[in-house]
Amino acid sequence: MWAFLTDRLSVNPLGDLTSETGIWTLRFLCLTLAITPLRRITGWNAIVRFRRMIGLFAFFYGSLHFLTYMLVDRLAGLVEFPGGLVSIETIRRLAASIAGDIAGDRPFITIGFTALALLLPLALTSTTGMIRRLGRKWQALHRLVYVSACLGVVHYWWLVKADISRPRYYALAVGALLGFRAWWSRRRRSRTPARTPAAHPRRMPESQRHTM
Amino acid sequence: MLIKRPSPIRSAEITSKRDYLSRRAFLKTSGLTAAALAGAGIALDGEGAPGAQEAPHGRALAGVQRSPLSIADKPSTWRQITTYNNFYEFGVDKESPARFAKGLNTANWKVTIDGECGRTGALDLEDILKGETLEERIYRLRCVEAWSMVIPWVGFPLANLIRKCEPTSRAKYVQFTTLDDPRQMPGVRSAVLDWPYVEGLRMDEAMHPLAILAVGLYGEVLPNQNGAPLRLVVPWKYGFKGAKSIVKISFVGQQPRTSWMKAEPTWYGFYSNVNPNVSPQRWSQASERVIGGGFFNRKTQMFNGYGDQVAHLYAGMDLEKFF
Ligand code: HEM
Repeated sequence: MWAFLTDRLSVNPLGDLTSETGIWTLRFLCLTLAITPLRRITGWNAIVRFRRMIGLFAFFYGSLHFLTYMLVDRLAGLVEFPGGLVSIETIRRLAASIAGDIAGDRPFITIGFTALALLLPLALTSTTGMIRRLGRKWQALHRLVYVSACLGVVHYWWLVKADISRPRYYALAVGALLGFRAWWSRRRRSRTPARTPAAHPRRMPESQRHTM
Repeated sequence: MLIKRPSPIRSAEITSKRDYLSRRAFLKTSGLTAAALAGAGIALDGEGAPGAQEAPHGRALAGVQRSPLSIADKPSTWRQITTYNNFYEFGVDKESPARFAKGLNTANWKVTIDGECGRTGALDLEDILKGETLEERIYRLRCVEAWSMVIPWVGFPLANLIRKCEPTSRAKYVQFTTLDDPRQMPGVRSAVLDWPYVEGLRMDEAMHPLAILAVGLYGEVLPNQNGAPLRLVVPWKYGFKGAKSIVKISFVGQQPRTSWMKAEPTWYGFYSNVNPNVSPQRWSQASERVIGGGFFNRKTQMFNGYGDQVAHLYAGMDLEKFF
């Protein structure tokens, strides 16, 4: 979208759609993961408000990415439409070809699909009502975003042709963000808990208490 | 001199009214997002908004003849050909060559000939072109990334140069080496591939009349981003087999290990013939997105449609094994 608005599309704009939406999914995932460390380091608790929105953006872009893959890669790639374009036969062939990819014809798609599938329950339980209802379980559930981000990186790594430098940046970013959490929780266990902002849960509204 | 106009669109290439209408119906019913719709609209007219700079027009080449080996398809536009391609020596993005190849100095270009042949040594480009009739060869180009174009190259048969070099009976393969100059080529400063870029052909493939060395595009001197001043074009193979900006041609007894084979041996084989039935890489090779060709892919043809001319080279070979 950004490239479209800024006039930077190539002569293969449809091809660009899949890669642009993919890279933005990963960027938003990294951003959600960055909120907690940022908050810990700066003590700026208010930004946690944006986390849900950014997480939903990641899901939204992931869904767009999947949609462009479905249409630009798979539907366009069917080439022949014996039953006519809008037909049960087309849907059947499309589903078969996507299922083939997911089942392992192209392992990077299996991984990408898993990453997106893991985000689905998170998006569904992102409402304030669900957060309240699930309580502690919500927090555990939403740790799935760690897995999703890692799989997103693997997906990227596997699909590049030779230049792994970009997936490597994302691997380092996700690694650093998750590493921070591991380090922080170790530190918190060994030091006095009073130093951490999360140690004053009563001062925070309910919906923000659960940390990732 | 003969400047060939792009041939008119074949009727088969024009979208039939029925297709057009069903496409409309599809777009209406599938509930696409506005973004996807906008994207499809752009693709249908084939020309994206200006991103990478297209190559400036160069000197017109004199005496270019038509060739019966040209296909009748409508060539891709100058802009499409010169802003969207791979030339990793200038960076890994499709627009990198257009952005970074401007400074490549192609003057006083020399090509070293070595290996199993009678005449080794450095040849000037003028020596190489001496006595050659330049021909326009309009060929399909099929990229391994599952997109394709139609390109009006100007060049001459590779076989002519090979004969001049007098290869010995020990020469079984021809190896092509691309310039590797970090001062001029930002891409080779990072170890994306094992530089210099090496490609190769079996001797009989190299002698095939369809295999050419190209020096021009659309009747003009080849733009830097497309592999100036001298590049290989082998239309029945994936595009990366066409080594660009060639500085060395070697006659060797052993099958060369090409840069892509070293980088990803399970993805890239030595032959890399266009083959819709074998997809060792992450792309499905069964169909291709025609750049500027609308929403739907086209079926990929065996040997990129050149099967009648080249299939005999591979008689008896298991092409799933020798991909
Ligand atoms: C959380 C989930 C996902 C993330 C983070 C993600 C991320 C990415 C990234 C970063 C790229 C590379 C973009 C580039 O080359 O610049 C990409 C490409 C791609 N993804 Fe995903 N992806 C996800 C899910 C999926 C799913 C569910 C599918 C399909 C079932 C999929 C199919 C593809 C395909 C086909 C490409 C290649 C596009 C091309 O050839 O340019 N991805 N993805």
